[in-house]
Amino acid sequence: MDLSKATFRGYKRENGRVGVRNHVVILPVDDLSNAASLAVESNIKGTMALPHPYGRLQFGADLDLHFRTLIGTGSNPNVAAVVVICIEEQWAKKVADGIAATGKPVAYFGIEQHGDHDTIMRASKKAKEFVQWASELTREERPLKDLWVSTKCGESDTTSGCGANPTVGNAFDKLYPHGVTLAFGETTELTGGEQLVMQRCRNDEVRKKFKFMFDRYQRLVEAHKTNDLSDSQPTKGNIEGGLTTIEEKALGNIQKIGRKCVVDGVIDKAETPTHPGLWFMDSSSAAAEMLTLLGAAGFAVHLFPTGQGNVVGNPILPVIKLSANPRTVRTMSEHIDVDVSGLLQRQMTPDEAGDKLLECMLRTANGRLTAAEALGHREFVLTRLYESA
Amino acid sequence: MIHFVVHDENDSVGVVVVEGVKAGQKLSGWIMDQDKSIEVTARSDIPIGHKLAIKPLAKDATVIKYGVDIGRVVAPIQVGEHTHIQNLKTKRW
Repeated sequence: MDLSKATFRGYKRENGRVGVRNHVVILPVDDLSNAASLAVESNIKGTMALPHPYGRLQFGADLDLHFRTLIGTGSNPNVAAVVVICIEEQWAKKVADGIAATGKPVAYFGIEQHGDHDTIMRASKKAKEFVQWASELTREERPLKDLWVSTKCGESDTTSGCGANPTVGNAFDKLYPHGVTLAFGETTELTGGEQLVMQRCRNDEVRKKFKFMFDRYQRLVEAHKTNDLSDSQPTKGNIEGGLTTIEEKALGNIQKIGRKCVVDGVIDKAETPTHPGLWFMDSSSAAAEMLTLLGAAGFAVHLFPTGQGNVVGNPILPVIKLSANPRTVRTMSEHIDVDVSGLLQRQMTPDEAGDKLLECMLRTANGRLTAAEALGHREFVLTRLYESA
Repeated sequence: MIHFVVHDENDSVGVVVVEGVKAGQKLSGWIMDQDKSIEVTARSDIPIGHKLAIKPLAKDATVIKYGVDIGRVVAPIQVGEHTHIQNLKTKRW
């Protein structure tokens, strides 16, 4: 596929970023604000609440990550406008101010001294205003470089490593020369293949930063593991699918970054890339957590290879599923956007599989709903670094 | 019909890509990186996605897949035998 003239139709936001969805988000800062946020979503059609269980008594780096994730989610170009609700007005303002830096419409509401009823009424009025405003925004033709594309796999099996993951790698190799911003992560799932990633780093500075993130996660595993990590890495689903060791899983995982693209930068969880190219984001390998972090980092579309059939989605980031496992494609067809099982019977070349995925990606960017979106998969899962105070 | 695929010709294992492989069945394999063919007789029933050895592997040998170390052999493995958690273990963690 010649991508040199490829375009997509997206929503250009106030800060120049381009989104492929036009959500009006009702964002609770803490668990206590979920009820009011869901009530506003119910009142005002076309809005979406993002309930989650955290935000109270967090401190230090864990609190920083909480705010970074919420502000990043609201700032994502797939989001048109945001209503922030928090038990404490001061923190609602902190999140709203962070999002307002993008120039998009934001309003914030504190529940204390108002109660849920009054908060829901005030927030609903604002949400109605935002949703009507957003409904008049139109898509415009944009160059491919304006699309930010991330990847992470889930419920991998051995077919992931020989089919679906190399398909993403083929697509990444084709996107990279056009100045697209790309990301991968899953720090512990590189164990056994970390040297391969280091060889792919742009320079010593990037390599050093990658090694720092990788070693930091290894220390976490060492500090908390019981006998070994074989009960969760590989997962039961991975083992059922035929993956035996973390090294094997990692080598399959790394197929997603192709053979040509270079790792140009390293970011911490939910941080935003500062230039085009391929970025490594330090992250958990749990699907919903990493998708939430990628959404918060500003990614607009996601390529998600699966072997045994992970059904995950994300509220703001369209998640495109592909699988090379013929059994999964047959038994879980409603979850699979791109079937690349022909690869394993030589009925399709890796190049054709990559093109098929890119075609689906562009259609998704133009507005076609993914399977996960149509099925209502909106897993919004915040990463915690340690317990609350 | 391709019954199993191998990433690289130096690998010790291949991956079954069809359902219902039974012990004694003659299997056709495809070595992807070198685009070569290989034949192996299955010694076990092997589920789709699971590995089979394409080289004999002694205890403590290193198993190679993608041309890279994926762990050590903990019980000897014959050509065509199911290779999984019962005979292969990580070298990490």
